[in-house]
Amino acid sequence: MSDARHAILSRIREASLPGRERDATARLRRHRRNLQPECARSSDAELIDVFVRKAEAVQASVVRVAGLEDVPPEVSRYLRHRNLPAHVAVAPHDDLESMDWAAMTITAERRKPLDSDHCGVNRAFCAVAESGTLIMTSGPDSPSTMNFLPETHIAVLKESDIVGAAEDVWDRLRASGRASAGSLPRTVNMITGVSRTGDIEQTIQTGVHGPRHLHIVLVKET
Amino acid sequence: MTLHRLRSERFRDSADEALSDAELQANLAKLRGNFLARRARARDSLPEFDALVDEAVGIKNHVLDHLDTYLVAFEEAVEASGGTVHWARDDAEARRVVLQICRDAGASTVTKGKTMVSEEIGLNDWLDEAGIEAVETDLGEYIVQLAGETPSHIIAPAIHKNRRQISALFNHHHKNLPDREADDLDGLLADARQMLRGRFLAADVGITGANFLIAETGQTVIVTNEGNGDLTQLLSGVHVVLAGIEKIVPTLEDASTLLRLLARSATGQDMTSYTTFSAGPRRHDDHDGPDSFHVVLVDNGRTGLLGGPNRDLLRCIRCGCCLNACPVYAKVGGHAYGSPYSGPVGAALTPSLAGLASTSHLPNASSLCGRCEEVCPMRIPLPGILRRLRNEEAERGASPPVMRTGLQLWSVIAARPWIYRVLTSLTTRLLAAMGRRRGHLPRLPLTRAWTRTRDLASPAGATFQSRWKAGERP
Ligand code: SF4
Repeated sequence: MSDARHAILSRIREASLPGRERDATARLRRHRRNLQPECARSSDAELIDVFVRKAEAVQASVVRVAGLEDVPPEVSRYLRHRNLPAHVAVAPHDDLESMDWAAMTITAERRKPLDSDHCGVNRAFCAVAESGTLIMTSGPDSPSTMNFLPETHIAVLKESDIVGAAEDVWDRLRASGRASAGSLPRTVNMITGVSRTGDIEQTIQTGVHGPRHLHIVLVKET
Repeated sequence: MTLHRLRSERFRDSADEALSDAELQANLAKLRGNFLARRARARDSLPEFDALVDEAVGIKNHVLDHLDTYLVAFEEAVEASGGTVHWARDDAEARRVVLQICRDAGASTVTKGKTMVSEEIGLNDWLDEAGIEAVETDLGEYIVQLAGETPSHIIAPAIHKNRRQISALFNHHHKNLPDREADDLDGLLADARQMLRGRFLAADVGITGANFLIAETGQTVIVTNEGNGDLTQLLSGVHVVLAGIEKIVPTLEDASTLLRLLARSATGQDMTSYTTFSAGPRRHDDHDGPDSFHVVLVDNGRTGLLGGPNRDLLRCIRCGCCLNACPVYAKVGGHAYGSPYSGPVGAALTPSLAGLASTSHLPNASSLCGRCEEVCPMRIPLPGILRRLRNEEAERGASPPVMRTGLQLWSVIAARPWIYRVLTSLTTRLLAAMGRRRGHLPRLPLTRAWTRTRDLASPAGATFQSRWKAGERP
């Protein structure tokens, strides 16, 4: 196997490489941003509106609430509205664990989702206004399968966690000390809308493997 | 190196068959323009699109100049996350590596997210022979796998099939489900979801491709709209990533720039539904994710392009946009090319990877109209590369004798204006007389290959030169 490694690297080095610099690895440490398009540079005041507009454009629904304590009532309203049973799998995140689900007569099971769960609730790491994208990071408080197994995915997001550009996400990860090899979350999911396909005659159909419904509960409190 | 099931030598016959297949022509006609219109809207709503293309081309060129440096950095970062990197010089080596990983895991079934490298190396057939069942999970790939075919489009693998054909396939293969009508699109989707969900849950190994490999962090990146690549890697014990060595980018910032172009060029979306960054196996306190993580870096002819004139092809991000823009692809479809890569990029990349000896027709499968280069987000000069390959083919002396004699004759005529004038004015008048009644010529002696599938428009009667001489002005 190391033969193959050696052979491939030598073949690359034998090719004439016109623009070669002495130390390209410096680029890996600089984290320099390339051109940031206007749409990725919303002012703080616009961020929330841009995010909501973009998320709704990709078939997500967004509801804004004042505080974390308003999440279970909103989930309850949503489940009734969609005619779904009051039974959800909830990611073991502190914010979600401390909520009073029983008061809303919702059975909330704090665990990773099962194939049979129709609805899962988790907490977003942050979100990108530019494209209406949720960022989910795997960890003890956030199983990645919650984003994919249940047919309905409810994500709880704080307004203060909305950033303008994808690049801002990487800065946040680095600031939280989780952006270098060894400390990275195993999975970072960027989620823009619902699971969809156009593979049968280019007719857009939703819910092919992952969620058919994505509901975002946007919490004001910081 | 070889490309699996390469049948490009049959291009002329396959193209003929495609042109006379009425159902295929109807399927292809329905799809024309759809993708391109959406791409145009996406491009127009991002004023910086062209500037981003310039940046993206710069990133890719920089990577190609330092490919060894970044591959080694990527390898270190993957290992720091607890993953393993394997290197494969060619298709055979890549197949052996994957089979060994599957054997070590004691695997009997494998789920697969979309990977073009797997098509290149013929992984499914190989695993099948070794008694391991490989199941494609992208809906389009699943459909073509049931049909025993290969994908006919990079991002829309089953674009050549209509709903009637798909429901017939499902009715035949989904024995434990009731038959579906062709019009029951929701039912077809529900069946696929149910069948494949079972496969995800039962799989021992999950294999995906990679749209990008990030040198800085050792992450592999896939984009899908269905989420199949995610269930593939999250629900099986082992995640194997198959990637061409050119997929590397230096940083997360560089990946972000390329991501702004990929979905817009492919489907006209701002972002695909799911963009997933994977690093190593699950951590000790994670609830899910694979127990082991392998990246197979595949050369299979790519280093051969690096120092040569066709190196720009290594910038390709497989968005499929050039296929959507190509008038030849629109008529013959993807299978005629006889290669995993079809359309303009396939016509250029297949001979560059596999050599012209077995692919000599492909550089001619183009009208050189230039639309592919116009839409390519990586500014790959596809017509220029095709022209260069045609030259190479002529220099090899491998073009057919009729073509060579014809071109020699043409160069004699074109270099002598008086012969040119006499001949063109005679032919023009003759053809005009022949086509007077209909305005076009459905048949013409000696040009059967052309007129069998097209009509020749009949000329107006006099040549441009003679009309100009007679004082006619627009
Ligand atoms: S050649 Fe260009 S347009 Fe064609 S698939 Fe590659 S990147 Fe896309």
